[in-house]
Amino acid sequence: MTIAVDIRHRLGDFTLDAGFASEGRLTALFGPSGSGKSSLINLIAGLIRPSQGRIEIDGRVLADTGKGVFVPRHKRRIGMVFQDARLFPHMSVKNNLHFGRWFTPAGERYVELDAVVELLGIGALLERRPGKLSGGEKQRVAIGRALLASPRLLLMDEPLASLDEARKAEILPYIERLRDEMRIPIVYVSHSIGEVARLASDIVVLHNGRVAACGPTVEIMQRLDLLPADERGEGGAVLETTVAHHDEAFGMTVLGSAAGEIRVPRIDVAVGALVRVRIRARDVMIATERPKGLSALNILQGKVAAIDKGAGATAEVRIDCNGAAVVARITEQSRQGLKLEPGLPVFAVVKTVSFDQANTAAGLRGEADV
Amino acid sequence: MDWLLDLTPDEWNAVRLSIKVATVAMLASVPPAIFIAYALARWRFWGKTVVNGIVHLPLVLPPVVTGYLLLLAFGRRGPAGAFLAEHFGIVFSFRWTGAALACGIMGFPLMVRAIRLSIESVDRKLEAAAGTLGANPLWVFTIVTVPLILPGIIAGAILSFAKAMGEFGATITFVSNIPGETQTLPSAIYTFTQVPGGDEGALRLTLISIAISMLALVASEVLARKVGKRMDIE
Repeated sequence: MTIAVDIRHRLGDFTLDAGFASEGRLTALFGPSGSGKSSLINLIAGLIRPSQGRIEIDGRVLADTGKGVFVPRHKRRIGMVFQDARLFPHMSVKNNLHFGRWFTPAGERYVELDAVVELLGIGALLERRPGKLSGGEKQRVAIGRALLASPRLLLMDEPLASLDEARKAEILPYIERLRDEMRIPIVYVSHSIGEVARLASDIVVLHNGRVAACGPTVEIMQRLDLLPADERGEGGAVLETTVAHHDEAFGMTVLGSAAGEIRVPRIDVAVGALVRVRIRARDVMIATERPKGLSALNILQGKVAAIDKGAGATAEVRIDCNGAAVVARITEQSRQGLKLEPGLPVFAVVKTVSFDQANTAAGLRGEADV
Repeated sequence: MDWLLDLTPDEWNAVRLSIKVATVAMLASVPPAIFIAYALARWRFWGKTVVNGIVHLPLVLPPVVTGYLLLLAFGRRGPAGAFLAEHFGIVFSFRWTGAALACGIMGFPLMVRAIRLSIESVDRKLEAAAGTLGANPLWVFTIVTVPLILPGIIAGAILSFAKAMGEFGATITFVSNIPGETQTLPSAIYTFTQVPGGDEGALRLTLISIAISMLALVASEVLARKVGKRMDIE
């Protein structure tokens, strides 16, 4: 599955000039509001006709202004999940789910109602009307409705933005299951670093209508300069790990990674399973010798790989821990005090409790393409 | 009370004819009214203001003028009337069909207004969502737009029906006042008031007129509530 987009599109004063190609299982379009990510996804869905450019999905040209090609939205077979669910108010949940199926030729249906109902846990809602559903339920039905049209590609436009934290936590595992069990390629629009770090295999960073960076999640997340200034500390390392064992006595799970053992609060995942953890740059301390008498449990040995002095009083230090990168955000004073320079052996220190539920998620299962 | 229900055959004819004329006028108006309302609400085209003006003309013109224009156009020698009579065998002048045409035209702006308002309030994002699910524009219109504007269609239809029940000036000018053929309730009441001793008949028909209009209103309320409940938008 390849997605290749190269678009120039004017919307009033705003110009979207974006090109990217991705083969990822879940490609996140990431950027602040107004960066053009929703316009970009609407262009892919065919809801907007581009002024100029080309869109190709899996070898099929959906739009090419040079050749006068524009496939209308209903012929694209691209499912879309909107921020506001957009369920049809005059139909029951069941008929909403069946909607896309009616318009899918029998030979091209690869998604079954029972499977979707089971996957999304919406069996009890089938006879209800959309007006009687909670926000999280609506969004799950909207995902199911898009899936049942057997799309070649699923677009999700900030599907969690209008939900509270509890509802977000309710939906996230379902999106992981889509990615790993249904294996539908997904393009996911979000301005939340947490969601993107957790879900994406690849990230396209948009800024003012332009692509600022594009690449695998692990690489992009280390580049704190791509994040909005007030959220830099939220970025950091994303590590793909496996569950080594559970420490029942202390209620912890021990994860094995290239960087070494990482202890996180107990998670309910089988030993050997893949788990993705995000280590926020602001949660990482640096020591020049192995610390003693310290409460933090995760001490990863490595070498300073690069230092970005940044603009103000902070510096971002990238530490190479046996091939895996960990990023630390420290003050410029500390950096000078410790005389940190590239090549210096150091220890990265991370508290176990800084791994909350939102920072540990199911890793991408199946063929590893991360 | 006996005198109230003891209608003469001519009076019965007028009641039946009025209901027939109003029903036909209403039903025949719905498809073109949806089309015009949709065009006015959604499309941008040259001459939109003119179309809008023509549709609303019957609302502002004296009904007699509208009736006379219909007579000129759809009378036996009128261009439209002669064409329709020759090729389709449809004759309007001095027939109940002419009364239905006059009533339909008089109620048309009311119906278009009601439907146009409901089309403008439809969330177009729902139509976009239906498109991404594989529905072509015609299907989107049929199974998303039309159900969503159903309350507006019902309201417009009832307005058109009520207008047709009361329409007098255009009808009498266009198709005259022939008992059993073009004499609707208002014409019959008018005729009663013109003859000595017609008061009783006029009152009977007036009460029946009120009853039918009330019934139509209640029916529309019930229908609209039913539709509204289905969509949880009460």
